[in-house]
Amino acid sequence: MKILVPLKRVADPDNANKVKVNAGKLVTTGLEWKPNPFDEYAVETALRLTENGTATKTRQGEVVVVTFGPKDSETTLRAMLGTGADRAIRVDTGDDQIDGDVVARALKALVEKEKPDLVLCGKQAVDGDSGQVGQQLAEYLGWPQATFAGSIESEGDKALLVGREVDGGTIKLRVELPAVVSVDLRIVAPKSVKSVHTPATHAYPEGVRFAALMAIMAAKKKPLAEVKLADLTSDAAPKIQYLDYELPPARKAGVKVKDVTELVTRLKTEAKVV
Amino acid sequence: MSMLLSRRDLSFLLYEWLDVESLTKRERFSLHSRETFDAVLSTCERIATERFAPHAKKSDEEEPKLVDDVVVLPREVKPALAAFAEAGLVTAGMGAEVGGMQLPMAVEKAGFAYFLAANVGTASYPLLTIGAANLLLAYGSEEQIERYVTPMTTGHTFGTMCLSEEHAGSSVGDISTRAVPSPSGDRYRLFGSKMWISGGDHELSENIVHLVLAKVPGGPPGTKGISLFAVPKWIEGAGGARVRNDVSVVGLNHKMGYRGTVNALLAFGDGKHTIDGEAGAVGELVGELHGGMKAMFHMMNEARITVGLGAAALGSTAFLHSLAYARSRPQGRKLGERDATTPQVPIVAHADVKRMLLAQKAYAEGAIALGLYCANLVDEARTADTEEARDEAKRLLEILTPIAKSWPSQHCLEGTSLAIQVHGGYGYTRDYPVERMYRDNRLNPIHEGTHGIQAMDLLGRKVPMQGGRALFDLAARMRATIARALAVRDEGSQRLAGALEAMVARLGEVTAKVLGAGDPEKILANAAVYLEATGHVVLAWTWLELALVAGKNMGRAEDSDFYRGKLAACRYFFAYELPKVGPMLALVESLDTTTVTMKDAWF
Repeated sequence: MKILVPLKRVADPDNANKVKVNAGKLVTTGLEWKPNPFDEYAVETALRLTENGTATKTRQGEVVVVTFGPKDSETTLRAMLGTGADRAIRVDTGDDQIDGDVVARALKALVEKEKPDLVLCGKQAVDGDSGQVGQQLAEYLGWPQATFAGSIESEGDKALLVGREVDGGTIKLRVELPAVVSVDLRIVAPKSVKSVHTPATHAYPEGVRFAALMAIMAAKKKPLAEVKLADLTSDAAPKIQYLDYELPPARKAGVKVKDVTELVTRLKTEAKVV
Repeated sequence: MSMLLSRRDLSFLLYEWLDVESLTKRERFSLHSRETFDAVLSTCERIATERFAPHAKKSDEEEPKLVDDVVVLPREVKPALAAFAEAGLVTAGMGAEVGGMQLPMAVEKAGFAYFLAANVGTASYPLLTIGAANLLLAYGSEEQIERYVTPMTTGHTFGTMCLSEEHAGSSVGDISTRAVPSPSGDRYRLFGSKMWISGGDHELSENIVHLVLAKVPGGPPGTKGISLFAVPKWIEGAGGARVRNDVSVVGLNHKMGYRGTVNALLAFGDGKHTIDGEAGAVGELVGELHGGMKAMFHMMNEARITVGLGAAALGSTAFLHSLAYARSRPQGRKLGERDATTPQVPIVAHADVKRMLLAQKAYAEGAIALGLYCANLVDEARTADTEEARDEAKRLLEILTPIAKSWPSQHCLEGTSLAIQVHGGYGYTRDYPVERMYRDNRLNPIHEGTHGIQAMDLLGRKVPMQGGRALFDLAARMRATIARALAVRDEGSQRLAGALEAMVARLGEVTAKVLGAGDPEKILANAAVYLEATGHVVLAWTWLELALVAGKNMGRAEDSDFYRGKLAACRYFFAYELPKVGPMLALVESLDTTTVTMKDAWF
């Protein structure tokens, strides 16, 4: 099976107290970047589907990771090559001159060229929290989709039985390949992914795998291609424009009220909440 | 941002200050690039954060127990160590011939610092194993490397170092463990007991190889008669069967901190597991007969730098925890604000809290810098282009080792104490991790040569060696930094350079006077004060180095807060700490003999 995994780097959420806005744009200099955690889960899922979990050195398929970003976002791709992905593609863009729709249309062109059996993506990126790329891509491709996957079971690599996390439980969908699947946190539990290669009894360690040192060295030799955004889509203008960013207002000091009557009055006339 | 170590700081130290990227021009490191260094640091941060840190509290609360002669540890320890070994971290700094990644030592140690910060109790097992493997690589025979080091590299065998006995700790020459050669002379049988053995017994690995100091009967007395032996827990019997060697746990020690590291009193050759019907632990000589101390120092010197780095890593994580607390804990208002209805400010706004945070920052970040500087010297001593440069690096490493071990152990312990203070009453409870960090850090001035032993090593051995050459080398490096600071045309740099220059000159003066005192008892009476004073001068120099880099790079980067923080910490060190050196050196210079003339009965 060949799997394409789109991957986004995000500013480390723990940097939040450093985020600055200048002239309506986020200042990204000096921020630490991390792979979007849900995308990392997608890479882990793709690796589990294309290997025998008891003998992971031999690959049983191909995992191609794709990111949209400037040259230094290749660090994120190399990191994924270090954990086991086979090949990487960087679509050359800025970090903030695109939106989900541009990404989905460019990915469509890339999918038509690469012809994967499956596109696996994170359910959303933890910076903008838009959660649109997977769904839009499926629509543009006319492929079946299953979102918020907490479990995946391969049926002979012809179809996937996907457990979707929904309010109040799990709903199981069968999607025929090729398809687009977006994954949620529980997909990296020890037995969430059942591939055709791994014995059913095998349990993975919880979470995503680490890049071993030798694999980091080997990743330097794995192919990493650069593609121009204009070669994938003629319309690279984002539909969403960010006008400004502002921090949530700081909490103001409270006031003391005499009695409940005053409280209710002020809630009505000043706060206008009742 | 990690709560273990600041990645931004590590990048600053490795790339902006030590320029480890330039090492990739040397053959040993030629396969590397900044990309691989960064990826390794990320792997370390990740495994430390996800597999080591989560059970640090549990390991502290559930100390190792001996149940039916088996050491029981929390179940999270073994998979954490398996992840460490599977990632190839045991051999990160070792040569390609044993499957190593040949990382520069500064990068390897920076990565390892994440584990020390996350969970020092669990990190001790690989620390000891890597040290034991490096010793065997330096002194072992090819067969010994194959037999012991190969399974260590994959995490199947762990190592220990067995020096102390109940009656002989710092005075290692007085050990009484005997090694009796077999009639054929190729094997020895060991008899005796060893105290304070970290990782002494456990079920975490398939085998444990103890590196044991013992005396072969008939040899010279004292340290000159000590030899080194490899004594595995399991040996190979007839037909490749695993046979239990005659090594057994007598009891476990119940420690204040570092509890995840099982610490045992071991009996060698007490007949509990006889081999071929006879008592005696079977061991192999490593290196030369009576050459045990030299070989063991290979492991100890490495361990001393790592102990200092461990103290710094604990100081760092305690600092980051107390900083996060100070930023989120509202308490009181700014001085002068009399309106009680205004919101409270976070305590980080108060000058006295900032003093405690600055002190921690100056101690922890300075100590990590010193540890990585020493690690870098190991690479210089091994791979510098000229013999002259390699020798200079070796001498600098000799003189800096006692300081790199002791200074962080003393001052980052104080740092962890301040981290508790910032938390107030909460810091004194076990609901917050800083009290554990303090207890963990309390070991560091004790093990791998106590503070007092390091003081004697510095003033009694390292300073006078080769006519004081190492100290001259160190002073020359400091003067070069001072000259660079003087060339920066701003008042601040000039003042810092002047202050350091005066202290370096004073240190030279006092050193000459003390060494001229003749009587060794008089010379060494205040060695600990001398060690602390010299350590403070070294750290002031380190901070001036860091401030120069920060000043230079501040102009072209937008994360100026980071660089301003470095400059402020440097200023703090020069204003609050360096002045302490004057009175310390005055005491040393006076050759005061209060401690020598004090009599036991007067206490």
